[in-house]
Amino acid sequence: MAIAKVLGIETEYGIAGGPDVDPITSSSIIVNAYAQQGRTRINWDFDDETPDLDARGVLGLTSFAPIVETHLANTVLTNGARLYVDHAHPEYSSPECRTPREATLYDAAGEEVMRRALTIANESLEPERAITLYKNNSDGKGNSYGTHENYLVSRDVEFASIVRAMVPHFVSRQIIVGAGKVGAETTHGLQADPFFQLSQRAEFFEEVVGLETTLKRPIINTRDEPHSDAERFRRLHVIIGDANLSQFATLVKLGSTALLLALLEDEGPQNFPSPPRHPVRAVRSYSLDVSLRAVEICEDNQWRSAWDLQDQLWSLAARYVERRGGDAVAPTDEVSLIIEQWRQMLDGVRDDAASVADRVDWVAKLRIVKGIQDRYTLDDHDAKLRAIDLQYHDIRPQRSLAQRVGLRTLQDDELVREAVHNPPTTTRAYFRGQCVARYPDQIVAANWDSVVFDIGQGPLQRVPMMDPLRGTAALTADLLEVCPTADDLLEALDR
Amino acid sequence: MTEQERIQKQRTERSKETSVDVSVDASKGDQLKADLDDLLDEIDEVLEENAEEFVRNYVQKGGE
Repeated sequence: MAIAKVLGIETEYGIAGGPDVDPITSSSIIVNAYAQQGRTRINWDFDDETPDLDARGVLGLTSFAPIVETHLANTVLTNGARLYVDHAHPEYSSPECRTPREATLYDAAGEEVMRRALTIANESLEPERAITLYKNNSDGKGNSYGTHENYLVSRDVEFASIVRAMVPHFVSRQIIVGAGKVGAETTHGLQADPFFQLSQRAEFFEEVVGLETTLKRPIINTRDEPHSDAERFRRLHVIIGDANLSQFATLVKLGSTALLLALLEDEGPQNFPSPPRHPVRAVRSYSLDVSLRAVEICEDNQWRSAWDLQDQLWSLAARYVERRGGDAVAPTDEVSLIIEQWRQMLDGVRDDAASVADRVDWVAKLRIVKGIQDRYTLDDHDAKLRAIDLQYHDIRPQRSLAQRVGLRTLQDDELVREAVHNPPTTTRAYFRGQCVARYPDQIVAANWDSVVFDIGQGPLQRVPMMDPLRGTAALTADLLEVCPTADDLLEALDR
Repeated sequence: MTEQERIQKQRTERSKETSVDVSVDASKGDQLKADLDDLLDEIDEVLEENAEEFVRNYVQKGGE
């Protein structure tokens, strides 16, 4: 039986400018600017961070555990999100959400958090030292940073089954959810010398399965850090994805992946399409071909394009929804929207790209890149075209090209503004965010699966939240309402 | 054959006959062309003036 697909997105933003042009300093300025608004000075608690645990159970000799930096700016927001400096980027990790549509809302809220942080930070900087932020994944010079999705998966599912089932999706979904890129930037990418690629990230992937995120990036990441009851749950940490500016792309990226995972839990991996025999080669070659005709040989000796794989995966998911509904993923109307949009985008990118230029990032970007190239008869390698690529992702409304190309929005601005402050009501993020909002002075730290209180006497008290579906508004709103102080809350929880 | 499979089959058949390049030419009509022209005008207005320097200076450290 498929379990609720609790999910979220973490995004590292590209950053430029700042007082000494050092990205770590600039990132700290951004995070602190937002935290110093007053309500969000609570630290992140690292006690249960174990990014070196491997879902395969054995640690390969070439595996390097990611480093957790504990000294950098790090805070938890009233909407349940985490805002911090990760390496040399400001990162927004959305709160845990119950449905893809909700996670899309909290991803949009993250953009708004970054915009506000940027405005506050730049008020105290000289104009020529102003910071700029980009919701993208590469600098065009061989450096990439991540947009990671997280999905709650039942521990009953063998990790090998996840690999078997999901590789076809992760190598092919870029044809509808790729953010597009002018040119290439890795050794093998530059050899192919494409004018334009579907994905920002594809050329950076070097392994099929592995623990790393910063080097030898794997299509399936094995980090086994459930941030919840490890006996019952896995958290599938998906590192192969682009940051989308299109909310419909985010919805379909999350929705399609969540539906396929639910199907895997319910019925196993046997009906999934046969994966490409060389997945790394496939993800790269699919990205390089905007005509979508590139084919790869699969393990069943059939040749398939990325479109063929997506077409099969869509049929699989659509039939699953007909048979069983998609309750594990979302309510019926939302599941229908996901299935319908997924189909429209697939048909659109192949048959009538203009019809999906309002939803598919790479199509929207390519349209303006080609438009400017034709208008000024520019060479394929002209810097102006790369500037368009970069500025597509600029988060400032006065500069953002994504905000000008006519992308359809899924969430209205008022909802996004509310989501900046208020947590989702549907997961434990509700309890975390509410505690941060109500008892800021008594909370010393919080993380995904606990909140730590200091009520001034006795030892620190940790409230564990090992089940992402506990701590919801339905379960805790009444309790929080009758507990004006943290003392009251802890006493009530102790009872 | 279910309704869904039938639709699926039609789609697959159609796919063999048609393939479409992503194109910004005016073949889809003057309206599309005019819309794109307006959009490109707007982009020209906000695009960083010194594209070369802008692109060169954007250097990131890897993340994740």
